[in-house]
Amino acid sequence: MVDLSTKLKDLELQNPVLTASGTFGFGTEYSDFIDLDSLGGFVVKGTTLEARQGNDYPRMAETPMGMLNCVGLQNGGVEHFIEDIWPSIKDCKSVPVVNVSGARIEDYVACSERLAELEGLKAIELNISCPNVKQGGMAFGTTCSGAHDVVSAVRNVWPRHLIVKLSPNVTSIVEIAKSVEDAGADSVSLINTLLGMAIDVERRRPMLSTITGGLSGPAVKPVAVRMVWQVAHAVGIPVVGLGGIMNANDALEFIMAGASAIEVGTANFINPRVTIEIIEGLKAYCERHGVTRLMDLRGII
Amino acid sequence: MILRLERVEHLPSGWLWLILSQADGSLMPMMNPGQFVEVGVDRSEVLLNRPISIYNRTDRTLELLVAPIGRATKALRDYEAGDTLRVIGPLGQGFRSDFAPGSKVLLVGGGVGIAPLYYQACELVKKGVETEVIFGMRTAPDQAIIDRFAEVCDIKVCTDDGSAGFHGLVTAHPDFGKAKDYIQVCGPKPMMKACLKDAVSRGTEGEVSLENMMACGLGACLCCVEKTVKGNVCVCKEGPVFKFDQLTW
Repeated sequence: MVDLSTKLKDLELQNPVLTASGTFGFGTEYSDFIDLDSLGGFVVKGTTLEARQGNDYPRMAETPMGMLNCVGLQNGGVEHFIEDIWPSIKDCKSVPVVNVSGARIEDYVACSERLAELEGLKAIELNISCPNVKQGGMAFGTTCSGAHDVVSAVRNVWPRHLIVKLSPNVTSIVEIAKSVEDAGADSVSLINTLLGMAIDVERRRPMLSTITGGLSGPAVKPVAVRMVWQVAHAVGIPVVGLGGIMNANDALEFIMAGASAIEVGTANFINPRVTIEIIEGLKAYCERHGVTRLMDLRGII
Repeated sequence: MILRLERVEHLPSGWLWLILSQADGSLMPMMNPGQFVEVGVDRSEVLLNRPISIYNRTDRTLELLVAPIGRATKALRDYEAGDTLRVIGPLGQGFRSDFAPGSKVLLVGGGVGIAPLYYQACELVKKGVETEVIFGMRTAPDQAIIDRFAEVCDIKVCTDDGSAGFHGLVTAHPDFGKAKDYIQVCGPKPMMKACLKDAVSRGTEGEVSLENMMACGLGACLCCVEKTVKGNVCVCKEGPVFKFDQLTW
């Protein structure tokens, strides 16, 4: 029997497979395809204090082995989440995680404070790295002091597990990771999307309404694995790895590079059952290689 | 689901007519006209699945009508009977069909937007609805498509170049202006806008089917949004079919 369980500090997960924010709705969008209880956890779409309409269409452009998006945090706001969504996911055996986004520190704090009232909610993921809205958090996530300030402020009001999602669009992700660790983060997740751009040369127009957007998918995976490896060796808190994971082997790369858990994003769009297939693939890998505890492979590189 | 290609028909225009069945022999799930499926074209170099409307559905088969325009749809040309495709669906909200027997419904298709209207025409005729189709194309369409529609209802063809049927736009066709109870449109956006504007000016209600670029098809990624009276909504989940009065066109 293979042990797939993992821990992010005190947060226990039955397996290391989570879903990435913005790629899995509120989980319920996928319940026709998978049993949510089978996941390690799932991170729901970016939630802000007030409802947001997001950016104009077109919001997506397919690129070689990847996609650009500029959704811009469209969501119904934290009250909508608490009233209409939370009751339907709160009893999941897997761990629901709310991704918290904002434009100002006060908004992050107010949103986290409100979520702290949900006793069953064990973790939030602080999004200080959205590239798609003006001051959509990436402003905080790109400087050590900005990251430190927002994480410290949320730390004061959020008593349970605090994951901080980091932007790769920085000079040194290691320095940012150290800052948020110092500010009280319980773990870091990385990477958010890479800022990118694509042009329709026939129409001589940018492909996205906002001109630039976030690149995800297999195209970003080598960058993500490198960053996870660097950060995992530089901080003492657990690292959640994500960026282009399509299958169990990809997940294993992140785990061997030092990730205690992984998030699956864009792959959910292509195969809504991919998370379950990754969990089964991790089990099969361990059996094939005589590994009894998956986390024994963590950080072996 | 994994579907097996029973038949691939390469129509003279270059369009593909695909007839698929369940690889495991099971029944095809129930589908409503106007819904769509996401098709994984694994032999192409594209990452994302492609949303394709339902041309027809029977207990054993799903039919798709595809214009090979982009990389994925062009790659479909290399598939043969016996090959399999990953298919997710049915997805989205289809066309309205709860009309009283004897009511008059006009279906207007532009280009490959004609595809979902065949299944819808069959459904309407079954319900005793007086159904008429106007099919607009740049140039003469494949006879196989016309013949198929003609088996179930009246179909009029319009071409931009006059190579078949009426020479001109669908909105200029004499039958377009005849009194109808409802109109359902699928085609290029400018055509749908023209149809909507014309119908609304005469007080006729109706629906259009949109094809905004999608990533997931499930309402999760929020990429395919259309501005509606309710704000930005996912075309894949709330649509692809929208009532005229839901849009801000």
